[in-house]
Amino acid sequence: MMEVKEKVKPLLEIKNVTKAFGSLKANEDVSFTIHENEIVSLIGPNGAGKTTLFNCVTGFYPVTEGNVYYKGENITGLSPYQICHKGITRTFQIVKTLNEMTVEENVITGAFINTNRRQKAMEITKEVLETTGLTEKKDALGGSLTISDRKRVEIARALATKPDILMLDECMAGLNQTEIKDVMNLILKLKEDGLSLLVVEHIMEAIMPISDRIVVLSAGKKIAEGNPKEVANDDEVIKAYLGGKYHAKNKKS
Amino acid sequence: MVKDKKKLLIIILIIAVLPLVIKSRTVLNALVLLLIYATLGEAWNIITGFAGQTSFGHAAFFGIGAYTSAILFFRYAISPWFGLILGGIIAALVAGIVSFPFFKIRGHYFAIATLAIAEIVKQIFVSWDYVEGATGVSIPIIPRDSSFFTRLINLQFNERLPWVYLTLILFALAIFAASYLENSKVGFYLKAIRESPEASEAIGINPRKYKLIAMMTSAFIAALAGSLYAQYILYIDPFMMFSLDISMKIVLLTVLGGIGSVYGPIIGAAIFIPLSEFTRIQLGGSGTGIDLMIYGLLIVVITSYQPKGVIGIIETVRNRRNKNNDGGEGKGEAAS
Repeated sequence: MMEVKEKVKPLLEIKNVTKAFGSLKANEDVSFTIHENEIVSLIGPNGAGKTTLFNCVTGFYPVTEGNVYYKGENITGLSPYQICHKGITRTFQIVKTLNEMTVEENVITGAFINTNRRQKAMEITKEVLETTGLTEKKDALGGSLTISDRKRVEIARALATKPDILMLDECMAGLNQTEIKDVMNLILKLKEDGLSLLVVEHIMEAIMPISDRIVVLSAGKKIAEGNPKEVANDDEVIKAYLGGKYHAKNKKS
Repeated sequence: MVKDKKKLLIIILIIAVLPLVIKSRTVLNALVLLLIYATLGEAWNIITGFAGQTSFGHAAFFGIGAYTSAILFFRYAISPWFGLILGGIIAALVAGIVSFPFFKIRGHYFAIATLAIAEIVKQIFVSWDYVEGATGVSIPIIPRDSSFFTRLINLQFNERLPWVYLTLILFALAIFAASYLENSKVGFYLKAIRESPEASEAIGINPRKYKLIAMMTSAFIAALAGSLYAQYILYIDPFMMFSLDISMKIVLLTVLGGIGSVYGPIIGAAIFIPLSEFTRIQLGGSGTGIDLMIYGLLIVVITSYQPKGVIGIIETVRNRRNKNNDGGEGKGEAAS
């Protein structure tokens, strides 16, 4: 199964990426790929370097070493807006809602990457608002929204750019159970529509059922990669999350 | 958007009819100044209201426009109409060149940088012989008996009335340009940059490119206002044209009227200019600055209640009334 996948050209290829802040290596030699129409999740304890990796891939941080390839093209060192034009759009963990603009205006701003005409942008916006369930709130000011709606707007605005790869940074944090279910369904729907997704998430019960593949980071290094089941049973992963002392297998011995 | 256009047309019509009703020279003079400042406010609003980059140096572009047409006419007797356009282009280029490196700095630091630009430009003009240095330029007067056509070409009129309409046309162009921009892709991008530079980059916006467009458009319009102003008062010097006073007046009247709204500058100017003319006439030289004191107080009072100025208050009141109306209709339906 794995071999077949390797032969298919990956959509996004992260190759030996290292990001150092002075002597601190936030990412060290991280490599993995995302294939077309695949949901890849990036998990790891707090401070594992997930958001840093996001920033490196999307051009917000310059990469110290290594490269990022998109459809075979080296996109390392490009500006965030150039990377977005290539077809990769991200959201932010700390949501960046455009406060003085309505929900609709937030989304249309994303849609304008596809067209210069307002009418065309409006059509895309309508569609996206429908998909994300924001149609009713389209006239509300960004600044007046609840956190769950803000997260939705964050996704909607990114979606309106019509990306090939959507990168979601903790879009479920702070949501309640029903809202998390909604987002999970949304992610699956987007996959059905042909998108590829890279998802950073903390909430395991949400991430396990929807991911095709999971990459685990710990202290900046990739410690595991595989399908959800493999990762859940990986010694390294359990150690990283629970600490070596409480590792179930340690108790037995 | 159609509604906006209607509102704008009504405002322009009102101003157009005004000088036909009131013929006092004082009022017409105030109206010309009002329209020039409102145009400057519209220009400033594009870079600061829409794009969120505070400029405290718009007098620089205003002055460059004034000097370009005045010097061309003074030295080569070239029609101010040509100087008007050339002044706009030069101001836009200067704005582009000097502000491009500054777009990396944000917030207050950008504001300080623009303040410095205006001062630098002023010093250059003070010590530049070609533009008559600190003496300033007296624009040569054409003979009093010239035909209207000659007067139009040379932009000099004996009466105030043509000036009202010339400045009104400029203001109309500025406000329609601002309104068009606000509703276009560029307008949305500028507002996104104002709200969050990171988010806008993530959705494919190149902030520097769009800030540059905003800055250059803004400088272009400000320079046009400068050219008309120079022709109107027929004398300019660096201390007057590049003064901090002018830069600040542009900021203050837009903030009072409503920053980020195309109606803001005209509302602000309509309050500020009559106030300043009135105090000047009543108190003369000893009253210098009293207009700014009253105006400052107004800004403190209004913006502490509603940060979006007068236009913000109007919107709040209207929203409240709409809500009440909706409530009323709802009750009516329930009863029937």
